[in-house]
Amino acid sequence: MKKLILLGMVAGILVSVFTIQAMAVNLTGAGATFPYPLYSKMFSEYYKKTGIKINYQAIGSGGGIRQIRAKTVDFGASDAYVDDEGLKKFSYPILHVPTAAGAVVITYNLPGNPKLKLTGRIIADIFLGKINNWCAPEIKKLNPKVKLPDLKIIVVHRSDGSGTTFIFSDYLSKVSRVWKNKVGRGKSLNWPCGLGAKGNPGVAGLIKQLPGSVGYVELIYALSNRMPYADVQNRAGNFITPSIRSVSLAADTKLPDDMRISLTDTSAKYGYPISGFTWILIYKDLKEGGLTKERAKALVKLLWWMIHEGQKYTEKLHYAPLSKKAVKKSEAIIKSITYEGKRLWR
Amino acid sequence: MEMRQDRTFKIMLWLGGISFFLLLLLIFILLFKESLYSINAFGIKFITGKVWDPVNEKFGLFPFFVGTILTSFISLFISLPFSLSLALLLSVYYKEGFINKVLSTTTELLAGIPSVIYGFWGLFFLVPLIRKVEIKLRIPPYGVGILTASLILAIMIIPYISSISKEVIKMVPQDLIEAGLSLGSTTWEVVKKVILPYCRSGIFAGILLGFGRAFGETMAVTMVIGNSNFVPENIFSPANTMASVIANEFTEATKDIHLSALIQIGLWLFVLSVIVNLIGSFIVKRYKIR
Repeated sequence: MKKLILLGMVAGILVSVFTIQAMAVNLTGAGATFPYPLYSKMFSEYYKKTGIKINYQAIGSGGGIRQIRAKTVDFGASDAYVDDEGLKKFSYPILHVPTAAGAVVITYNLPGNPKLKLTGRIIADIFLGKINNWCAPEIKKLNPKVKLPDLKIIVVHRSDGSGTTFIFSDYLSKVSRVWKNKVGRGKSLNWPCGLGAKGNPGVAGLIKQLPGSVGYVELIYALSNRMPYADVQNRAGNFITPSIRSVSLAADTKLPDDMRISLTDTSAKYGYPISGFTWILIYKDLKEGGLTKERAKALVKLLWWMIHEGQKYTEKLHYAPLSKKAVKKSEAIIKSITYEGKRLWR
Repeated sequence: MEMRQDRTFKIMLWLGGISFFLLLLLIFILLFKESLYSINAFGIKFITGKVWDPVNEKFGLFPFFVGTILTSFISLFISLPFSLSLALLLSVYYKEGFINKVLSTTTELLAGIPSVIYGFWGLFFLVPLIRKVEIKLRIPPYGVGILTASLILAIMIIPYISSISKEVIKMVPQDLIEAGLSLGSTTWEVVKKVILPYCRSGIFAGILLGFGRAFGETMAVTMVIGNSNFVPENIFSPANTMASVIANEFTEATKDIHLSALIQIGLWLFVLSVIVNLIGSFIVKRYKIR
């Protein structure tokens, strides 16, 4: 008798699991932690609107790329685009759809926390350990009105691999040849000097503890924690205060059709130079990505919603919305998604 | 019927035991398999190399090895007097009563605190403290480094060492203690001449457990060690440990060789803890009173 009951229970569970799967379309995604607050807001609003549940796991961009390659998720997410070498490892072509832009700001701990102006060259030299005192002539010259203390600069960087470090080092590689040759760009670096701390909170915590320290954090983190940050000179020569607007403006430049572009050191006149997109990664042909047609349709609709209606949630959460140009290009990418060779978007 | 139950029970026990052993073996095999790529690429240079450069694909774990060994030994060294005093206090001097209740509850609570909380406490309390010391000593006042990490670890492992030592000391036969006292020894002499010699292998087992904890701790260490990939010059230097490098870089390691190098660190961490445990059980056996 007992066995019968047990058998019945198991059968019941199995049946209910299968029916739930058959009834609702659920999408799964994994990847970058940076857009996680934005995505959870977007996905919960989307669920309220359509009843489609999206399960997003913020396991990091690297993990997101690996998971979409292994086809264990419907979409991946990354703060750095997959480079040409990385693309070769995919068995089928993938697409990058940008969903928002973010930026990295230079933050510091100085008496009175004055507003500083910095150039790319100076930032590189500070993080290389070449400029190691706050009253260095290079910094003084740019900030004649600020009373800079005779204080040793303590560099604080991220110890964990992160998209933030990638954007930051990508920028420095563009503006400083020494940095490019000695350190290069990547999510984890061989830092020539300084202390490492885990995550934005770790860097912020250490900077608050150490007078004279300097580090980099995501703009959204600096804004919501009211940390001081520097204006950075862009390629056009303007000193730009990092803000949601100046980050959006960074994408006001020539964009490639596949949207795999780094916005750092942008040529946009009023764009903040340490900005970057965050992307969702999908297979160009969703059948090859292992999706059923129903899920594929739902995914395409979701992406379309994210780059249009979904954009209204960006600013409240301190992300920069996509510029008009960026939305246009992304529309074309979404329209090119196919299922068994046939276009899905009508 | 009884016999059959007896047999089923025994089979279940066996299954539990064997699956545990198999699990360990499988973990080792997986670690080895996944690190093969980096073992082939770097060979012995992986262990002796001092540069960890994921961008240019150069990987050497020596600085992290030094960091791990230094932090775990220094923390053991710091925590030992405190753990032993606590154990003796609770098992010899105050076997029950109010003081016993308060002290044993607080140590148990200490063991229950998540390591990230220790890390935050270290960052906001210990770091400024160490900084003041460093300013006095005229060394770069980072506040983070080997010593800060070791202090945090020392506090974290006190409950482990003290609770095991306490249980072991409680097992000393009352006859022996009373014999010592009746011969006219003071409590201190009984502790020194009877209790500690009787318990040394048990206490050592406790130390081993504490060492294992210090050895593999990641979160709290990462937050206060400074995460610098250089071989530390002194105990105030920022450094990094094997476990914390893995925790830091694993999620975002996109290159295969980087991932494989990180897994190889895991392999060595595994091998090292096996070695430490083997040496430990050898010593425990050797000094056991028969």
